[in-house]
Amino acid sequence: MKTTILVSHDRRAMAAGAAAAEAALRAEISKRGLDKDISVSATGSLGYEAGGACVLVMPLAVVYTPVTAADAADIIEAASKGRALERLAKPVSKSWKMPASGSHAEKLAAAQQRVILGNAGVIDPENIGEYVSAGGYGALAKALAMKPEEVIAEIKTSELRGRGGAGFPTATKWASAAQEKADIKYVVCNADEGEPGTFKDREIMEGDPHKLIEGMIIAGYAIGASKGYIYIRGEYALSISRLEKAAEAARAKGFLGEKVLGGNFAFDIEIARGAGAYICGEESALIESIEGKRGEPRRKPPYPAQKGLWQKPTVVNNVETLAAVPHIILNGGLWHKALGAEGARGTKIFSIAGDLNWKGVVEIPFGTPVSAIINEIGGGVKGGRKLKAVILGGVSGSLLTDSEIATPVDFNSLAKIEAGPGSGAVIVLDETRSVVEAVLNIARFFKHESCGRCTPCRAGTAQIVRILEKIRDGKAAEDDITKLESLARVMAQTSFCPLGQTAANILSQSLKKFAGEWEACLCAGCACGGNKK
Amino acid sequence: MKKNSVVETLHRAQADKKSHTSLSADAMRDAARDCGAPPSQVYGVATFYTMFSVKPRGKHVIRICRNLACHMDGACKIVDALKKELGVELGGTTADGEFTLEESSCLGMCAAAPAMMIDDKQYGNLTAAGVKEILRRVRKGE
Repeated sequence: MKTTILVSHDRRAMAAGAAAAEAALRAEISKRGLDKDISVSATGSLGYEAGGACVLVMPLAVVYTPVTAADAADIIEAASKGRALERLAKPVSKSWKMPASGSHAEKLAAAQQRVILGNAGVIDPENIGEYVSAGGYGALAKALAMKPEEVIAEIKTSELRGRGGAGFPTATKWASAAQEKADIKYVVCNADEGEPGTFKDREIMEGDPHKLIEGMIIAGYAIGASKGYIYIRGEYALSISRLEKAAEAARAKGFLGEKVLGGNFAFDIEIARGAGAYICGEESALIESIEGKRGEPRRKPPYPAQKGLWQKPTVVNNVETLAAVPHIILNGGLWHKALGAEGARGTKIFSIAGDLNWKGVVEIPFGTPVSAIINEIGGGVKGGRKLKAVILGGVSGSLLTDSEIATPVDFNSLAKIEAGPGSGAVIVLDETRSVVEAVLNIARFFKHESCGRCTPCRAGTAQIVRILEKIRDGKAAEDDITKLESLARVMAQTSFCPLGQTAANILSQSLKKFAGEWEACLCAGCACGGNKK
Repeated sequence: MKKNSVVETLHRAQADKKSHTSLSADAMRDAARDCGAPPSQVYGVATFYTMFSVKPRGKHVIRICRNLACHMDGACKIVDALKKELGVELGGTTADGEFTLEESSCLGMCAAAPAMMIDDKQYGNLTAAGVKEILRRVRKGE
């Protein structure tokens, strides 16, 4: 994981040899070839006036003082392993505890590879200066010195795939829009993060909004677009205000506007708010919503790359996809291709919730096994209970059993068990949970969120809830399972858009993988989460 | 070409102090005029998105999440506590016009489940006792 060491350059620290300590730290990093993993920056006073030279190691949030050049080797050794160096550590607050060796904080740091989230929690997201100091907008300058087709070629080399769930190759989408001839083209960022269990895009928008803006400008340059829209769900008030401020700051600095970086490329960004509709995460419904209409999906083809926003060529990318772009441009497509797993290059951000000891957002390379996410990162199932199931990729995603969690999280490995990484949501159910109850909860969500345009989805989601409630109440008929299977099949095959096509995913998988539990529910003495009347 | 977006215009209309977090027929007619859109489209939009309401709502709108992660962490108990404290059902508005209690789809706060929003503010790791205190503070304008 990327570590930042901040060296205090206040008056006393400088007098105590901060510059020598900083030089020794840098030399030690180079000696060990850790330049990409550990960076050193100067900062102001860290508030430890008495002790001499003082450094803060992020994201561990450990302060060391007094530091001399002789301590550099030990500090870098500890940092490279994601550990704190007890010998020099100073408490940063009353509640502060030394991260113990073998602690969860340490495991969390070691398991992660924070590229896209490298700045999140480290810089002030509302200060464009801090983003620029961290190398921000450097990729934009580099991209503008390239030809648009070279930018697309770099993304192609990187093998970047969409991070919203479908995993479509980003370069293919861009190339398709780039070849269209039109008076105006658009880049739309899909920030309508609404898949239950998913909260990774907000981590980028709230923690490092400029990275998204930079990625969008580069996308605009690559496809020849002059306008970008970031469509953020209305409930994400903080993401909306952070991005509005970031766009304004970028405009003031000349990163956005008529002459981006003083050149001939014009690009500007507008924030569009959603208003509470899961369906608007579907790209054509999202476009309808930006146009000020009900968020009902359009027929495809034509795809947005041909006829998108206001019937003009439009690239729609997820927040995380666009935020990966500056890193690819700066480090090269081959660098990105070396990360992750075959067919799933780079890192992926996961949001982890449910019955785990630790919940939150992590960035890890593709190819990490589901079991490592649960045990290493999630700290294992809460209360030492056994695992029953994992919902991966959100409630439209996949349901994995205990015997499937050794599977690496990447498109190819998961496809073998008819699953996928989806949005990166992980919800863990322990042995005490009822799968039937979870499926009912999910079914109610889809019934509520179906836009009502096509019959299989509108009527299907309602029928599923009706039958599931019957089953829960112990009033099931013998053929109800057959009816559910048939509804799930018809919806998957005939629904107009991905909402209806995937609404019964977890239901059908649970019918196969937890058949015993469904049967138990159909007879007396049902184990249905204690909800049976 | 691009006109004022109906969605954005309705957001603004609804945020207006006089409108009490909902959209009156007049507000929708104004929005239609400002956007150059037929009133039917504006009404269609206003009734499609859950954050808009054509029925009057309270001064504060509570959006409680009952999706899977929150459900697993006891969202039902929080809903019960809110109903009891406010004396309304889901979708209802308190007699004093202070609060409307609504259900929301996933708010993206699953790591702090169960969670809710009151207006623009997020509240996580809710307990039945905790929500009483939150309501008291919101009432006092804190």
